Amino acid sequence: MPEPNQLARFERAVLPHLDAAYNLARWLIRNDHDAEDVVQEAYLRALKFFGGFRGGDGRAWLLAIVRNTCYTWIEQNRKHEMIADFDEVAHDVESNDPNPETALLQSVDQQMLKQALEALPVEFREVVILRELEGLSYKEIADIAHLPLGTVMSRLARARKRLQQDLTECILKGGLG
Amino acid sequence: MSCQETQDLIHGYLDDELDLVRNLEIERHLQACQTCSQAHRDQLALRSAIKTGSLYYHAPASLQMRVRSAVSKANKPEVSPQIMSWKTSRIMSWRWLSVGASLAAVAILALILAPILTRPSADELTAREIISAHVRSLMANHLTDVSSSDQHTVKPWFNGKLDFSPPVNDLTNQGFPLVGARLDYINDRPVAALVYRRQQHFINLFIWPSAQGSEKAKTEPAPRQGYHLFRWTTSGMTYWSVSDLNERELKEFVQLARNQTSPTTTP
Repeated sequence: MPEPNQLARFERAVLPHLDAAYNLARWLIRNDHDAEDVVQEAYLRALKFFGGFRGGDGRAWLLAIVRNTCYTWIEQNRKHEMIADFDEVAHDVESNDPNPETALLQSVDQQMLKQALEALPVEFREVVILRELEGLSYKEIADIAHLPLGTVMSRLARARKRLQQDLTECILKGGLG
Repeated sequence: MSCQETQDLIHGYLDDELDLVRNLEIERHLQACQTCSQAHRDQLALRSAIKTGSLYYHAPASLQMRVRSAVSKANKPEVSPQIMSWKTSRIMSWRWLSVGASLAAVAILALILAPILTRPSADELTAREIISAHVRSLMANHLTDVSSSDQHTVKPWFNGKLDFSPPVNDLTNQGFPLVGARLDYINDRPVAALVYRRQQHFINLFIWPSAQGSEKAKTEPAPRQGYHLFRWTTSGMTYWSVSDLNERELKEFVQLARNQTSPTTTP
């Protein structure tokens, strides 16, 4: 149990990152209510393990705990999501579509993007959220998700490729079905 | 560099994660190769779509309160049976009080004395909550949710956030400019907190509807931890004002605020 001045330290280092914690949990869990429960649980875990916090970036430290808490929750509540529906082989043989998609992608609306992101398997979704919405470096993402650097890059690459394909398809079909 | 190599590394390039030499090689390849430069543009378009969309989920205010109270509850030390029988939320507020007070270097005293002292009155507990809310508002960079000196901006801001409409008056002409307002949580309910300023001193004015039978005026709470407190009740609303401002000037503020909020301008 932290002492009073340690609690004050916890307040300064960890509490200000509530938005980052909630954003990650909300994207991984995909509903408000459960994401809030998970964030609260993660904060309690963070408090418990705060003795192990060696200073530095409180946000990255907290996000690693939030991520673990999310995965525990998903395992307990939505086990089927843990089995990635990404074809592990397919991406190597994907052709590079020469059709210009840039203009198409510029017409993407927020709802489409949100759906496409939510449709990504969770371990691909998380690297996109941490990279694009939190602006974290590969190294920071690797630490948070316990992944080798190369895996961070390859997951990002595949997640983006998939997003691009899904969005293009969605636009060509004339918006949301 | 070949197309395959470029495609493998293009994300590292996009994210600025490659070394200088690789960066240059990719740039050179992108200038020469239509296919790869198209892929690069597509990725840039995708990224800007993600970044410009408002896809970031911000934590709701209720979660902030939940997390804070869960943390303080979990951090609660062993308590005596007498204290155990009290409402947990009251004890929680003690913990927050101690956090603020530790910065003011008097926490230890409060922590040691609090459980030993006889059971405090409801007013006493409210006073503690008021002080910790005041300290927290200055400490956690969360003084106001809406920053405006215009009472006609601040008052409507509370619509839909509270089940009552607090009176809001700007006292700039009297030397106490309105800074803004925020939601706070006192005595197990959301309350309005108006923030005023006198030179470098901030004044928090907490407002909530009075509970039945609580209108009786009691003695003013004594100053504690260097903060002065004033409390009054008018037209079914309870007001608590707290600041590190000296007692005389805070009294002046209270008099002004009372005159503004009282329907019959007599104190």
